[in-house]
Amino acid sequence: MSTTVSAAPAAGVDERLGRAAQAPRQEPKWNLTTVGFLLPAGLFVGLFIVYPVIATVIRSFFNRAGDSFVGFGNYGQVFSDGRTLHALQNNIIWVVIFPAAVTGLGVLFAVLLERVPYRLLIRTLLFMPMAVSLLASGVIWRIMYQQSPDTGALNAVIASVANAITHPGHYTGAAPSQPDLVQAVGDGYQLNQSLAPGDVAHVGLIRFPVAEIPASARPAQDPAPQPGKIVGVVWRDFKPGGGGQVGQVDPGESGLPDMTVQLVDPKGVVAAQTQSDATGDFAFGNLNGGSYFLVLPAQNFHPPFGGVQWLGSSLVTPAIILAAIWVWVGFATVTIGAGLATMSRDLLEAARVDGATEWQVFRRVTVPLLSPLMIVVFITLVINVLKIFDLVLAIAPQSVIPDANVIALQLFLVAFTGLGDFGIGSAIAVFLFLLVIPVMGFNIRRFRGGEA
Amino acid sequence: MKGRSALRALVLGVVGAVVLTACGTGSTTPSGKPLAGKKVEIAAVWSKDEQKNFEAVLAAFSDKTGATATFTSTGDKIGTVLGSRIASNSPPDVAVLPQPGLLHDLAVKGSLKELDSATASLVSQNYAAVWKDLGTVNGKFYGVFYKAANKSTVWYNVKAFGQAGVTPPKSIDDATRVLTTLAASGVKPLSIGGADGWTLTDWFENVYLRLAGPDKYDALTKHTIKWTDDSVKATLRVLAALFQDQLIAGGRSGALQTDFPTSVSNIAGNPPKAAIVYEGDFVEGILTGTAHMTPITDFNFFPFPDINGSPPSVMGGGDVVVRFTDNPAAVELVKYLASPEAAQIWAAKGGFSSANKKVDLSVYPDPIAKASAQALVNAQVFRFDMSDQAPAAFGGTTGSGEWADLQAWLKAPNNIDAATAQLEKDAAAAYGS
Repeated sequence: MSTTVSAAPAAGVDERLGRAAQAPRQEPKWNLTTVGFLLPAGLFVGLFIVYPVIATVIRSFFNRAGDSFVGFGNYGQVFSDGRTLHALQNNIIWVVIFPAAVTGLGVLFAVLLERVPYRLLIRTLLFMPMAVSLLASGVIWRIMYQQSPDTGALNAVIASVANAITHPGHYTGAAPSQPDLVQAVGDGYQLNQSLAPGDVAHVGLIRFPVAEIPASARPAQDPAPQPGKIVGVVWRDFKPGGGGQVGQVDPGESGLPDMTVQLVDPKGVVAAQTQSDATGDFAFGNLNGGSYFLVLPAQNFHPPFGGVQWLGSSLVTPAIILAAIWVWVGFATVTIGAGLATMSRDLLEAARVDGATEWQVFRRVTVPLLSPLMIVVFITLVINVLKIFDLVLAIAPQSVIPDANVIALQLFLVAFTGLGDFGIGSAIAVFLFLLVIPVMGFNIRRFRGGEA
Repeated sequence: MKGRSALRALVLGVVGAVVLTACGTGSTTPSGKPLAGKKVEIAAVWSKDEQKNFEAVLAAFSDKTGATATFTSTGDKIGTVLGSRIASNSPPDVAVLPQPGLLHDLAVKGSLKELDSATASLVSQNYAAVWKDLGTVNGKFYGVFYKAANKSTVWYNVKAFGQAGVTPPKSIDDATRVLTTLAASGVKPLSIGGADGWTLTDWFENVYLRLAGPDKYDALTKHTIKWTDDSVKATLRVLAALFQDQLIAGGRSGALQTDFPTSVSNIAGNPPKAAIVYEGDFVEGILTGTAHMTPITDFNFFPFPDINGSPPSVMGGGDVVVRFTDNPAAVELVKYLASPEAAQIWAAKGGFSSANKKVDLSVYPDPIAKASAQALVNAQVFRFDMSDQAPAAFGGTTGSGEWADLQAWLKAPNNIDAATAQLEKDAAAAYGS
């Protein structure tokens, strides 16, 4: 709605709309015709705007049932309720970030679009999110923000980069079955006893699904010690039903092939490295005595990128703000772009002739000339962001709604879901109304040309 | 259950308060039928499919007795509809109430007729004692539980259990062992739909009913004991021991991002994301429908495990038949609905469980429906979903009350004192005491 309102001065800003309004006004004559013409609109405004506002104010002084007057009791509850205060805090974050970000991006896109071909097409594309209902946008973003890279588009993009940089290991999720196998550097594991040539190492792992064992795997066997060599076996130390001996190779337990195994000397230097074979066996020869530690390096276990929890309690508000910016940036671009199109080129040319750099032209000429329009856009966005509701409801999972809450949503939750408390709901509505009024007043004054 | 009642609201909103008659029945008045020509009106909140099945039951009643039974859909606001009909002195003869609280309210107001001794003795014979108690207010018997729902069913992926070599646990100690073994086999044992608060309240209620017993359960439901009671804390400790990060698909923070439908489909898939999901008997429909799984071979359920030797207990819901008039056809209809044959007609059509012991279990269309009904029949303790009985401000509101408090608790499950204090604060506000 506010789009159309503010688009009007946008188109006409250079015609000094304000000045026309400042011309001496004729005193309205009250006669039957005037009243007749005003009556339908007046009735409409009275019935659907003035009356509900007054009724809401009155209702805010009554209790939940609506039958007893509680004075400012509801307001007291609103401001002592942590949830409302948290919602207010989120609204402040919204007001600080959202209008400035959208206006800034709008100016940037509008100025840049002046210089590229197909600008109508790009502008249309940028504007398209405005044509989608906010609830639908919310649903789209909610899916894009899913944590699992299998479903969330954003995390899928990050995953494709992250997994290319750090290759996920094949044995993701596997964990030691025996207590002497301990966490080593990163996600790796180290056998907590020193080994000398002739020793046998048993490395049992669990929590690894049978479906992901490589097809080449064969049943593991207890390796026989070999003189001069450190041998060992790495296997899936799990017997269905939890039977079998922990740390011992029981019949039927599968070897884990292609596991990278390292021997590390007491100084922490890797002395040898090998891979396990199909039965999970590995052997290190050519050892010059001494003792070693056996390490399964982290590369075996690197988990694939698990996804950023965009909709967790800490990131949910920024995530929703980003979605809102996506929706609104087209509006700012088109509005400011329209102003830019009507701006006199002579001034820009004159500045360039005088030797101004492009940045100086932008900073000293374009921005000042656009500033009335930028303020209109900014104010429109402030009003819109104060009553932000649908995007939050659609994007935030139920469990993080207390973290993502905003005033309008709190109003809805209090008044229209389980609680059904219209008294407190009305109080929140009145409070929201009071927040919007100064901004609204400022905007109306601008429309009248008060500052032009 | 929320999903189902939302669906009901939708369906009934469309249907409105249109009065539908069981047409084509009872138009003839053959001799030998005692109630030939008599009429009886029965009101209920059934959805479209439920109504169709129920009308088949009414048709059988008409065939048997000769009376004409008329079905009236009340829409989702059955309390309001009945209230205004009672006020205008023209209540339906019989109504099927979805909430036990409503039975209690109407009985206390004196709107209900005490049921005749023939019906009462039929119920005594056919049902476990708990069901008769649930239909009794101040010593007078008012209601027959015709339909029941089981929310003490734990669903699992059969293949995942097979690969881990585990069998369904009987007790909570067994359950801990099963979960650990499942984890060792490489599958996350539990899927929890913590993004929807009501799944957590159902978990809580099942453990609470078994750990604290039915009397405490009733007291907490009425909020005559506080949420800071030791029994609540002990319940949260049991749950905290189960809800460990390494036992839950996605960990606890992932669970809080998982809505109920996703938590169910997590146990589908090959390999599944998790082996077990707990929720009521309606899970079956999701697993066979959206997840395309086959009962028994792909998935199955086991009753919620016992705790410290608790008797077979079921938490769930039920629809109770009450009578407003002494119309002889109405008396006969209520008695008929207490009989096994009335239950068997609908049971055979699916989507229905009966707590009636005499119902032939072989009529249930599939083994899972049969087993779920069997658990209801054998339940020594049955209690209604506690959060459904609590004021909606506490037990049914997104982002506040019990839902939000249990979600906050799940983030830090060992922070039990803080969680119970918050629960008590919200409960006190909502119950107004």
